[in-house]
Amino acid sequence: MRFSGFKVIKEALMGHKGWGPQWRNPEPKSHYDIIIIGGGGHGLATAYYLAKEFGQKNIAVLEKGWIGGGNVGRNTTIIRSNYLLDGNEPFYEFSLKLWEGLEQDFNYNAMVSQRGILNLIHSDGQRDAFMRRGNGMILNGADAEYLTADQIRAENPFLNFDDARFPIKGGLAQRRGGTVRHDAVAWGYARGADQRGVDIIQNCEVTGLRIENGVCKGVETSRGFIGANKVGSCVAGSSSRIMAHANIRLPIESHVLQAFVSEGLKPTIPGVITFGAGHFYVSQSDKGGLVFGGDIDGYNTYAQRGNLPTVEDVCESGMAIMPMIGRSRMLRMWGGVMDMSMDGSPIIDKTHIDGLYFNGGWCYGGFKATPASGWCYAHLLAKDEPHEVATAYRLDRFKRGYMIDEKGMGAQPNLH
Amino acid sequence: MHSPIYIDMIINHPILGPRDAAEFTYLGDASLLNRPDWQAADAADQFYEYLYLRDNPAGEHRELWYHEQGDRSWLVVTRNTLTHEISSVELASDVARAQGNKK
Repeated sequence: MRFSGFKVIKEALMGHKGWGPQWRNPEPKSHYDIIIIGGGGHGLATAYYLAKEFGQKNIAVLEKGWIGGGNVGRNTTIIRSNYLLDGNEPFYEFSLKLWEGLEQDFNYNAMVSQRGILNLIHSDGQRDAFMRRGNGMILNGADAEYLTADQIRAENPFLNFDDARFPIKGGLAQRRGGTVRHDAVAWGYARGADQRGVDIIQNCEVTGLRIENGVCKGVETSRGFIGANKVGSCVAGSSSRIMAHANIRLPIESHVLQAFVSEGLKPTIPGVITFGAGHFYVSQSDKGGLVFGGDIDGYNTYAQRGNLPTVEDVCESGMAIMPMIGRSRMLRMWGGVMDMSMDGSPIIDKTHIDGLYFNGGWCYGGFKATPASGWCYAHLLAKDEPHEVATAYRLDRFKRGYMIDEKGMGAQPNLH
Repeated sequence: MHSPIYIDMIINHPILGPRDAAEFTYLGDASLLNRPDWQAADAADQFYEYLYLRDNPAGEHRELWYHEQGDRSWLVVTRNTLTHEISSVELASDVARAQGNKK
């Protein structure tokens, strides 16, 4: 079934009786060519592109719970490609281009909205740094635009421009950035993969990896052994737990990031806005809620919940840059578990075990990367060589000294 | 698991008693106390593992917290990463001495 305007009208007239389930719920086969562990955004995107772009058949996605129940449904839905370093920016720009064509590509309404992202500047030094980043973005084919405080005031009159401590001096805007309906990303990729024969197997937890003579033969699961020629881990947040089955220690710590939604308000915030003097980012969903977040809590955890000091810090940052939000009430808050890597950048690579591949370390920037992560991981799994925009995301880069450290923080995961 | 949805972590400081975790700064796995010997033949490999690789367990985790807003002591806290429950708190200096660290 294809979605179309015609189909919507037809179903409206026929009492909506023609909409079927959008993916199957198959029993696992005994063997697949490729198994993806993890039915989140990245895993489903990987399976989708494997089937659609790389001609692979006989693929399964194994998911411990239900698809889209992890971080793809727990983020603040922002897409952008405003990175500085050569190892990152081409990858994220590739991702943003895929977002721009995604809905037509997988025939699903993911509500991709290029409403723009604005990084506020509060000091001369920060202006220099953001100018440099903007130039790096333009050199890599992305869009970037410097805005003066007056230009920002015209579009966002509600910001705290003349704060004594952190006045707004300007901003770096990426007009092509924006937001996406995150659940629909998981559903759209799942439906597209399923239509191309991918088995999406939910409630199937991977409990072990079967490795014989340095070759990965398949996975032990809560529903029995499933053999595979290639196994790809794609479980950011729980990467260390899966890779421990292969006795691989990762350059990763798991941390919780909290996110927040206010009560629904009339349209008030035009795009995505980030505070440059604290860590705070906010946008407004189409339902009207302000969607916002800040720093990770900062300690190792696998609990999908955080603590109150971070809540206070995020709300203080919000009040500092946008005092009007003090009038709205917080509706919901939740936590997601992040793979925080040692340089703040992700990993898409083979392991030293034949047939075992790894995708993870997305820190708290994985959502925007979903299409490119899926595409590049599919490229690696299908061809055994990295995609040209993902060549820097090697697992051994820490040993070789080729870190991709956007913030220059060093090997301290909770500071990235 | 019986913990309520939101609860501040309280660290029971061996000298100062129960303190809010917000007074502390988190460093990471307590294995950071075990700095490799820089003169070892495989020092480069050892330092790579020491600096970059982590067990990152789901469950009991021994970790270093610094009482920055307090007495500036380093603590080794044993905490469950699935429940946030803290089962033991020791002075890092005691831990280091007990395991025979030179400094």
